Amino acid sequence: MAGCQCAQATTCSSHGNLIRLGVNIRDFDYLIALAGNPNTGKTTLFNALSGLRQHTGNWPGKTVVRSEGAFRHNGYKYKVVDLPGTYSLLSTSEDEEIARDFILFGNPDCVVVVVDATALERNLNLVLQVLEITDRVVVALNLMDEAERKGMFVDARKLAKELGVPVVPMVAREGKGTDHLLQTVQDLVTGNLRTQPRRIELDPHIEEAVQQLLPHLKNLYPNLSNHRWLAMRLLEGDPSIRRAILTDSLAQTESPLAPQKEEDMSELEAALEV
Amino acid sequence: MTDAEGRKQHIQNLLQKAERLHQNLDGSFSDRLVSSIYKEATAIARSSVIESGNRRAGWDVYFDRIATHPVTGFPLMFLILAAIFWITIEGANYPSQLIARGLFWFEGWAAGLFFQLGAPPWLTGFLWHGVWRGLAWVVSVMLPPMAIFFPLFTILEDFGYLPRVAFNMDALFRRVGAHGKQALTMAMGFGCNAAGVISTRIIDSPRERLIAIITNNFVPCNGRWPTLIMMATIFIAAPFPAGVGSLVAAASLMAVTLFGVFMTLVVSFGLSKTLLKGTPSVFTLELPPYRKPRILQTLYTSLIDRTIFVLWRAIIMAAPAGAVIWILGNTHIGGLPLSNHIANALDPLGRLIGLDGVVLLAYIIAIPANEIVIPTIIMAYSQASMMIELDSLEALRHLLVDQHGWTIVTAISLMLFSLLHNPCSTTILTIWKETRSAKWTAVATFLPLTIAFIVNFLFVQIVLFFM
Repeated sequence: MAGCQCAQATTCSSHGNLIRLGVNIRDFDYLIALAGNPNTGKTTLFNALSGLRQHTGNWPGKTVVRSEGAFRHNGYKYKVVDLPGTYSLLSTSEDEEIARDFILFGNPDCVVVVVDATALERNLNLVLQVLEITDRVVVALNLMDEAERKGMFVDARKLAKELGVPVVPMVAREGKGTDHLLQTVQDLVTGNLRTQPRRIELDPHIEEAVQQLLPHLKNLYPNLSNHRWLAMRLLEGDPSIRRAILTDSLAQTESPLAPQKEEDMSELEAALEV
Repeated sequence: MTDAEGRKQHIQNLLQKAERLHQNLDGSFSDRLVSSIYKEATAIARSSVIESGNRRAGWDVYFDRIATHPVTGFPLMFLILAAIFWITIEGANYPSQLIARGLFWFEGWAAGLFFQLGAPPWLTGFLWHGVWRGLAWVVSVMLPPMAIFFPLFTILEDFGYLPRVAFNMDALFRRVGAHGKQALTMAMGFGCNAAGVISTRIIDSPRERLIAIITNNFVPCNGRWPTLIMMATIFIAAPFPAGVGSLVAAASLMAVTLFGVFMTLVVSFGLSKTLLKGTPSVFTLELPPYRKPRILQTLYTSLIDRTIFVLWRAIIMAAPAGAVIWILGNTHIGGLPLSNHIANALDPLGRLIGLDGVVLLAYIIAIPANEIVIPTIIMAYSQASMMIELDSLEALRHLLVDQHGWTIVTAISLMLFSLLHNPCSTTILTIWKETRSAKWTAVATFLPLTIAFIVNFLFVQIVLFFM
């Protein structure tokens, strides 16, 4: 899908394009969010990209706050945000809310959903939900080595066709696939690559209700791209979305749902760094 | 009608319409949505995954059978924990002595140099016998055990053992009305209680999260391990020959840790029956595959990020504490140093719980960082008595036992108090930030302190009864 589009031959070596910038995240060109189920290797990928050393652990839920770093690749400067692992974006625990709010309101230029190739079905639940919110998605099909060991073959091409977004096979722990991923992300954020994300085929009752709300939402928030998702949250009766709409804070701030608390935490985390 | 009013009206309309549709869907929305998502995920996965079917049952499957077995799971857990303690104690002993000798030699040399240069005695005392001595103790006592304990613990975590612990403990936590994931947040507390408190975010229910926050304190953190390890080494292991001694020391650490876990369960039970009533929520815990730990990276991160970080925190806290102690010890009121006045005032309370006034004073000074409790005690003691060379654990034992009447009861009391007392100020601040509630922050601070006093008091009473 991505391949190397060698407009400038100098930027196209397979290695050495990545410059890790650590926490130096000012003046970035593009914002990338790393999402995914718990324990799929988001933080491993985050560390590999940013050169930071966020503590990784082999248990689901290690990352409960979002951490931020930066890197430069092919001359573009990226800010990358490591989100807490979530199984879905529908429930209400605090770590899931942080992830959901960021994808909804953080305006990332690209969401990389890190997926565990050994448990594709469960991981796809989240991918499908992210695809409802944004078109700018790249799926990092991680842990390919473990899948192979388990005797599973995951067809990345087929998966990409089904999902309508690029799928990059990876072994993040060993750095395999990182270059391919970055190239794909670059193609996406620069507009060289268009996605056609699959939308969840809704139950007819729901679809009808969604259609009734859509015109209102489009009218009120012409700049947001995820009206369908908002409609679904309203139908669900999500109180935080209702509140955000009522106070008309949706289209304005980065994260209208839980603004100050998260800030406090990242500060504290930085201070603790344990 | 202005634009703003029109927009407001529009929003009202939207919300009303949404509410009506929400009612019409009659609570079935979530279920319908989730089942649509599942259906598609299953279809996609089926079309793009080919299972060759020759999946061999690896060692991990067999190991998991043992690690999560109702009968063998717990003993294996204890064994692993005991092994880590033993390696830590055995391995830290010699380097500790070496570092201590070096640093205390330097104290003597520097003090001598100051004397020769004609520096005023108060400056020499303040700088070298106050601040430097505090630092030297922190470094020599804390660095070697941490440099061994943290990497071992991190390797275990990297390997994927922690979720198995949570799996084993789940039933216990549920029985006391808490969340099974509390086992994970508890494990994080072994490193640092503030980090443990932050990690409770993985618990959805606010009730169970509060229980996890309040009880996180009952597992000893970085700052308290050195105190526990030292008491175990110089008091409990002392009567035994060297080889057996470290086993006994490891066993006593085990006992303290298990008592901490026991108190976690007891207090969780108490809370879920009184202040935080409710039934435990159900959750699914994923057991991740075992992964080969990346040894070098683990060594690097746990040395740089944890060991050095904690040590640095201890050092920057110990220096001012040393200064405070020196000032308290050298400011005389009515012929007695200020520190004596305070220690004397605290003494009756301290005796009641098997300690003394100096130890309580040290705990007050050490509220910002538990790391400095022992150095503070030593500084306070060695100022009150004649200046002695504290260049080995044996000399320390001499100071505590012969000059200040410590017994094994004092050592156990100190271990218990260290395990149970209030969290450090960083953790208290974290609890406040996480709960945004003065009430719960106060509960999380004073409940452990009260429990510490009660448990210590009972322990002393029982000892008095039998002796």
